[in-house]
Amino acid sequence: MTSTPGSAGPTAATTPPPSDPSPRVRRFTTAERLVHRATAWLVLICVATAACLYVPQLAELVGRRRLVVTVHEWSGLLIPVPLLAGLASRALRADLSRINRFGPHDRRWLRAALRRDHAPGSRPAGKFNAGQKLYAAWTAGAVLVMLGTGLLMWFTGLAPLVWRTGATFVHDWLALALGVVVAGHMAKALADPEARRGMRTGSVERLWARSEHPLWRETEE
Amino acid sequence: MCPRPLVTGDRRCSNGWVNSPLPDRDRSSPDDGGAPVGRRLVLAMLGLGAAGVVAAPVLQRTLEDGLGAVADKDPTGLTGLLPNGGGFRYYSVTTSVPEKTAADYRLTVDGLVDRPATYTLDSLKALPQTRMVRDVQCVTGWRVPETPFEGVRLSALLDAAGVRPGAKAIRFTCFDGAYSESLTLEQASRPDVLVATRMRDEPLAHAHGGPIRLYVAPMYFYKSAKWLSGITVTDSVRPGYWEELGYDVDAWVGRSNGRDDAPTV
Repeated sequence: MTSTPGSAGPTAATTPPPSDPSPRVRRFTTAERLVHRATAWLVLICVATAACLYVPQLAELVGRRRLVVTVHEWSGLLIPVPLLAGLASRALRADLSRINRFGPHDRRWLRAALRRDHAPGSRPAGKFNAGQKLYAAWTAGAVLVMLGTGLLMWFTGLAPLVWRTGATFVHDWLALALGVVVAGHMAKALADPEARRGMRTGSVERLWARSEHPLWRETEE
Repeated sequence: MCPRPLVTGDRRCSNGWVNSPLPDRDRSSPDDGGAPVGRRLVLAMLGLGAAGVVAAPVLQRTLEDGLGAVADKDPTGLTGLLPNGGGFRYYSVTTSVPEKTAADYRLTVDGLVDRPATYTLDSLKALPQTRMVRDVQCVTGWRVPETPFEGVRLSALLDAAGVRPGAKAIRFTCFDGAYSESLTLEQASRPDVLVATRMRDEPLAHAHGGPIRLYVAPMYFYKSAKWLSGITVTDSVRPGYWEELGYDVDAWVGRSNGRDDAPTV
């Protein structure tokens, strides 16, 4: 049997304090968290103004259509900007390439998620699980489509009328889908305080990392 | 420390993970390899978006037929929130619009006329009413088929007021405090331009511009000013609220604003 800290004798006060049973590990850098926060605010403003333009009851309540349209256009246009600025960060670029790559474990994760399988070890994940990867890539593509169709509706001189009508159609339906998906993203975050703490403070408990992201080679703080 | 992955296979090969002899797979970082599914998904979304824009006319017709049928039988009204789910959309340019009733509603007719007049709601309803059933087309794209409007012909009010020589146009003002519209005298004299008292065979609701709104059947719906409170005969066309912002003054459906919708009249 090996000795444990404090068992060496009554002079325990001079020994270093026992290490934290669950040290925190670094998950996101400051730059990454700023990018997330800025993007989140822009998306929230864009979605809120969209609702005020679109849902009759809200439109009736808020009115001021010109102002709401202007805020919607500019918040939407700016959504990609924080991420583009964040590309200057090496850590963010590294995470983007992690999100981009799908390995065999991601397929296992997805199959387990589809089967609602919560058994330990059934959902192997690296720093990002397969669901997070799909969410990130899908929303990135969807935001670009919203941006393109939005610009066609904004600058009516850009394209002939059929394009504009088509852009309106895609913009409306994709907005609905994006709203549902982003709400799902927020619901997932609300259900997991430690995941939220990771995005808020930059670090997570090692135990959490081990159970949620077992294949992630995390670094200690 | 973070152990670096043992890279032994050709990682550009799509099945590299399956075939590459990774003796110690547990220790390699799974975050570093694999197929670039994320990038493919982004590109697929862009392709789907472009295809959606191109295929929109067909998709929209199919959806409208399906949704229209559902919306007719939908007691919850939720289908009204779906894109093009049928029905009107509420646009107001001001924060809030006061509600007016028969007690405090007034419509004034003034400007270049011999007999300026003020109408109450009851006096408007007492005049001969004309009922029309036409499509409503908004310049933003939505269209509501066969919507009944009923009201007094604008020309009747103008005749009663006696338009003076030299008059060229009409300016409409609204009790929301901001909206305005305009028509040439010739347009205003058409029999399909009404001062509407009823819509869908019901009294005009506040949300639809009640108690009285303008109804210009052959033009885009922004011409049909809601919450109408003033009719002023002028010597020239003064562009209305949206027209100051770039929309066409002569807003014939299908022949203005760069649109080619089917005419409503």
